[in-house]
Amino acid sequence: MAYLELNNIYKTYGQGDNATEVLSNINLSIEEGEFVAIVGFTGSGKTTLVNLINGLLEPTKGTVLFKGAPVSGTSHERGVIFQNYSLLPWLTVGQNIFMAVKETFPKKSKKELNDIVADYVDMVSLTPAINKRPKELSGGMRQRVAVARALAMKPEMIIMDEPLGALDALTRGNLQDEILNIWGKDKRTALLITNDVDEGIYMADRIIPLRPGPNATLGPEFKIDIERPRDKTEMNDNVNFKETRNAIIEYLMDIGNERKSQAKEAFVLPDLSPKDFVNQF
Amino acid sequence: MKQSITLGKVTKFMGLGFFSTLKDLFTGKLEKEDFKSFLRKAVVPLVSILLFIGLWHMGAKTLYNIEADFKIEKAFNDQGPEAAEALRACIASGASSCQPNTLPSPSQVWDSYKSLLRDHNIISADKAAFIEKTAALNEKRIAEGKDAITYTGRPSFVDQIFRSLKTVFAGFLLALLIAVPLGVFIGLSPTLKSAFNWFIQIFKPVSPVVWYLLVFMIVKTLLIDSNEDSSFTISFISVGLCSMWATLVNTAMGVSSVDKDFINVAKVLKLGAFQKIFKVVLPSSLPLIFTGLKITLSVAWMVLIAIELLAQSPGLGLFVWEEFQNGANDSNAKIIVAMFVIGIIGFLLDRLMLTIQNAVSFDKSDAI
Repeated sequence: MAYLELNNIYKTYGQGDNATEVLSNINLSIEEGEFVAIVGFTGSGKTTLVNLINGLLEPTKGTVLFKGAPVSGTSHERGVIFQNYSLLPWLTVGQNIFMAVKETFPKKSKKELNDIVADYVDMVSLTPAINKRPKELSGGMRQRVAVARALAMKPEMIIMDEPLGALDALTRGNLQDEILNIWGKDKRTALLITNDVDEGIYMADRIIPLRPGPNATLGPEFKIDIERPRDKTEMNDNVNFKETRNAIIEYLMDIGNERKSQAKEAFVLPDLSPKDFVNQF
Repeated sequence: MKQSITLGKVTKFMGLGFFSTLKDLFTGKLEKEDFKSFLRKAVVPLVSILLFIGLWHMGAKTLYNIEADFKIEKAFNDQGPEAAEALRACIASGASSCQPNTLPSPSQVWDSYKSLLRDHNIISADKAAFIEKTAALNEKRIAEGKDAITYTGRPSFVDQIFRSLKTVFAGFLLALLIAVPLGVFIGLSPTLKSAFNWFIQIFKPVSPVVWYLLVFMIVKTLLIDSNEDSSFTISFISVGLCSMWATLVNTAMGVSSVDKDFINVAKVLKLGAFQKIFKVVLPSSLPLIFTGLKITLSVAWMVLIAIELLAQSPGLGLFVWEEFQNGANDSNAKIIVAMFVIGIIGFLLDRLMLTIQNAVSFDKSDAI
């Protein structure tokens, strides 16, 4: 049995005539220790999919199984890194992480908890900023706090919803390496949602495109057979990388074009011309 | 140097920036490019104040003349030319017995202000003397298990100001203790919201006078055995009930509109209900709660005057009412003094709340 399993998932928002089916027939299984990336256009239902897996939402139809048991509600076993950091602005970096750690390990003493917080803040190299509030930090630093908060809860699986989407290219690269480092240390299962194909290929073992919603569904998977640790510059010359990258982009482009042509067909104009239009000339 | 920076910061924080500009002018630290902002921040308000006083003075003079002419004409018609001439001479001499009773001029108001202060000094001296005189006797009375003798003389204007402030703070505290917890519950539970919605919508627009009467009905019966003066109890409860609605509505709104991201965080961290309220919901709605409290305090101060007047609670409201009933020569001027005192205290209370609000709020745009 797979570690995480999604069977025939459907998710509909709204009711009656206003109902929109965002996700249809999603099937996905992730093995323990695997790093899977889901790539898709903005608005294709990626966040909905993530919220189904972490337990913030419930599917309209189908089942989400985590270690064989159906997911109901959130759990400390599945850590989440949100798209927009979601740090509490009235707490400092340390307090934000402390709150999470305290909830996960209620039996530990205050000193032990503080040690855990200090360890994880150090891991994302934010020790000098531990007493700062989120608004005093840059976007990259805030996202590192969010990463530290999710990891400090020692989750068995880590779910990332476009964690680096709002960052500049340089910071993005650094954080990708940091996340990979942390993941590599104890090989937790990881699910990355992203809109950047290169990021997916660099980080994941498997890439699955999400066909755009409404009625979004998963496309065919692409295996990434590139040895770890991966190197960005070397990878650019790797034949395997080029092929996979081109295949995925081509697939996504095809979907995009398909969508465009569908849109064209949807508005077929009637074959009419104004009265006496020709006669005027 | 360090002190001046902190002072400047404090005044700016309180929205009283012009103080530091004024101070810079006197300490000679004003740069040339600051001159324009100095003009705008300090000179313009000063000029407008002078203009206001000038207009007031001229208006008061006109009203005075109208009133005087009318009086003389009336005397002429009723009692003949000699009486009119005598009245004219009387008014011109400034004797207090025949002054026209109308809008007082700024200088009259200033004189009244000074006479009120003098009055206060006399009364406090009297009070101090009384306490000193009765100290020994009171000790004995207390030792014998009797009540101490207290000063029961007339309160001074300053005493009345403090009485009003006491009433307003008691009412504000009552409003805070009722409205904030109730608002949190209403904001958290849609069921409670629909249970209380009609209640809020109907009672929110009720006038202070009616609140006073309602509280009077209830408190009168509850304190039926007591000989104590219930005017303070009645007035602070009425003030609290009148003013709590802004806080109630704002708290409920703040709590029900907490950023969805924060709620998601609370869910993912699996915070308990108590933790969720105190660590996430309340901090996030603090800015709105404080906006509500600020409105509550200013409403409380505004309705206080009417309620004190009705409750016969010896504060500023009663002062205004008594002066109006009194009809003495300087009563009108004293009413205007009270008006300015009420206005200035209201302004200071508003600034106080703004300062607290700034201190506890986080910048929402920077949050995320």
